[in-house]
Amino acid sequence: MDYSQFLMMPQELGLLAVFLLVFLFDTFMPKKSLGALPVFTSVIFGAFAIANYFMLMRGTAFSGMFESTASTFVMKSILNVGMLIVLVQSIKWSNSEFVAVRRGEFYELLLTTLFGMYLMISARHFLLFVIGLETASLPLAALVAFNKNRYESHEAAAKYMFTAIFSSAIFMLGLSFVYGLTGSMYFADIASRLVGGSNTALLITAIAFVIAGVGFKLSLVPFHLWTADVYQGAPTAVTSYLSVISKGAAAYAFLVILVQVFGTVYSVVWEWMLYALIILTITLGNLFAIRQRNIKRFLAFSSISQAGYIMLGVVAANELGLASLMFYVLVYIVSNLAAFGVVSAIENFSGKVSIDDYNGLYKTNPYLSFTMMLAMFSLAGIPPFAGFFSKFFIFVGALETGSVAIYVLVLIALINTIVSLFYYLLVVKAMFIRQDDCIIPTFRSACSERIAMIACTLGIIFIGIASCIYTFMVDVVNDNVMMFGLLK
Amino acid sequence: MEITMMMYLIPSLIMFGCGVYGFITRKNMIAILISLELMLNSVDINFTVFNRFLFPGQMEGMFFTLFAIGIAAAETALAIAIVINVFRAVNKVDIRELTKMKF
Repeated sequence: MDYSQFLMMPQELGLLAVFLLVFLFDTFMPKKSLGALPVFTSVIFGAFAIANYFMLMRGTAFSGMFESTASTFVMKSILNVGMLIVLVQSIKWSNSEFVAVRRGEFYELLLTTLFGMYLMISARHFLLFVIGLETASLPLAALVAFNKNRYESHEAAAKYMFTAIFSSAIFMLGLSFVYGLTGSMYFADIASRLVGGSNTALLITAIAFVIAGVGFKLSLVPFHLWTADVYQGAPTAVTSYLSVISKGAAAYAFLVILVQVFGTVYSVVWEWMLYALIILTITLGNLFAIRQRNIKRFLAFSSISQAGYIMLGVVAANELGLASLMFYVLVYIVSNLAAFGVVSAIENFSGKVSIDDYNGLYKTNPYLSFTMMLAMFSLAGIPPFAGFFSKFFIFVGALETGSVAIYVLVLIALINTIVSLFYYLLVVKAMFIRQDDCIIPTFRSACSERIAMIACTLGIIFIGIASCIYTFMVDVVNDNVMMFGLLK
Repeated sequence: MEITMMMYLIPSLIMFGCGVYGFITRKNMIAILISLELMLNSVDINFTVFNRFLFPGQMEGMFFTLFAIGIAAAETALAIAIVINVFRAVNKVDIRELTKMKF
């Protein structure tokens, strides 16, 4: 065996090195110095994320099972940005009294799931993809159950675990049908053996099952029922990780599977399935978000409807769609992490998680309210902020295909943007306009939390205006034109 | 009598259906876990049978089955740990106890 092909996966090896360093630090350093573990992890991971910039490889490894291109490289770098923010955000929480004894496990599990997501993004063989998917979702179940003293954490973990196993069983059944049809698990081989335009019952069932399996990770609507409960029950640091990183990786992997494996049957089989999923996801996500009182459940339903917008980039299935999908994920990471930064700061200080508790927050904590307001404006898509540009680009990418049906789809998405404005502004209204007797008193959030929130705020303000970022992503996607070859 | 591929596939799909039915109707979390295990095992049978009958010259389906068995074991171990955690919290393994968070 040629061991030099491992050099094709420098990002995975780098992440593995970070994992080992954290593990060794946790195991062998004296008890006294373990308080430095969170900072150590953040610094090491930050160094890796910067070194990552020089690690671009193009090519395949393991006879085509693993592929590294410019766009997988950029997608992993985007996930690194989000991971770094999550790590910095959770420093204070992981040094708190109940978590401190187990904080090593927290970081090790977190890095393991990121490794699984890297595999999902780069896999070009279904076996490697399934291993990546499970490596990403099993440690997450353990992380959801991390808060041993709260009953909600166990309940959320049980719900997450059962639905995760159920959906992965459905996904693998779909894969077995694909294998029966084509006799291979390589993406390229399957694509070449599927007859273009064929729509046998077995193929349709197989694709529906595959969409259901990945749709669970993305929490698209018929498969979304776990989302709100898990977001509410899990520790806030885990929730913020779950809502951005795991969703971004799954969205990219979804696009790769649909385009590179089932690209030849785009218009006869899966285009219409995605239309139905997107309309349901955006609409139901919005409608259920309106009636939420708990801020974490509220953000859960908001993230469901955001996943619907991300899927517009998948249904577009062209270069512009992929570029705007990656851009959307980046913007979504900074906006959502800003919101979760504020939520976790307030939760760490006072333990309050209801939207009504935010009444009059502006009087006592103006900076936190301002950050939250920017995050809400960006998620809703109000013009000067990044969220507007990401929505704009993803609509443009979808309209590029030019069919009448997609115009109707984008129109429905646009109307839903207005609905979403209503509930995002409810939070802003609570903070700035409504008054209450028991306002959360003024407090100073920890230094690490402030760093993370400032980074997110800068991201919200500048990522949209700095148009070079989007142009860069379009260039990156055009670097690999073969990707959409099946559709043309 | 000649044994055809359908004789394997139909029991395997019935097994999968039983798994889905059990997952929806059982109240005991351990029973739900057993139902999930049925579903995963029927997938393994599918892969092996497709490989044996349709593509006898290669081993890809068999290898997938081996890995799928490993993954299923890991999933079950983790799920059992979580069920034990729930049992410690409420002293029951009844799924109807998990109703604190809704809608």
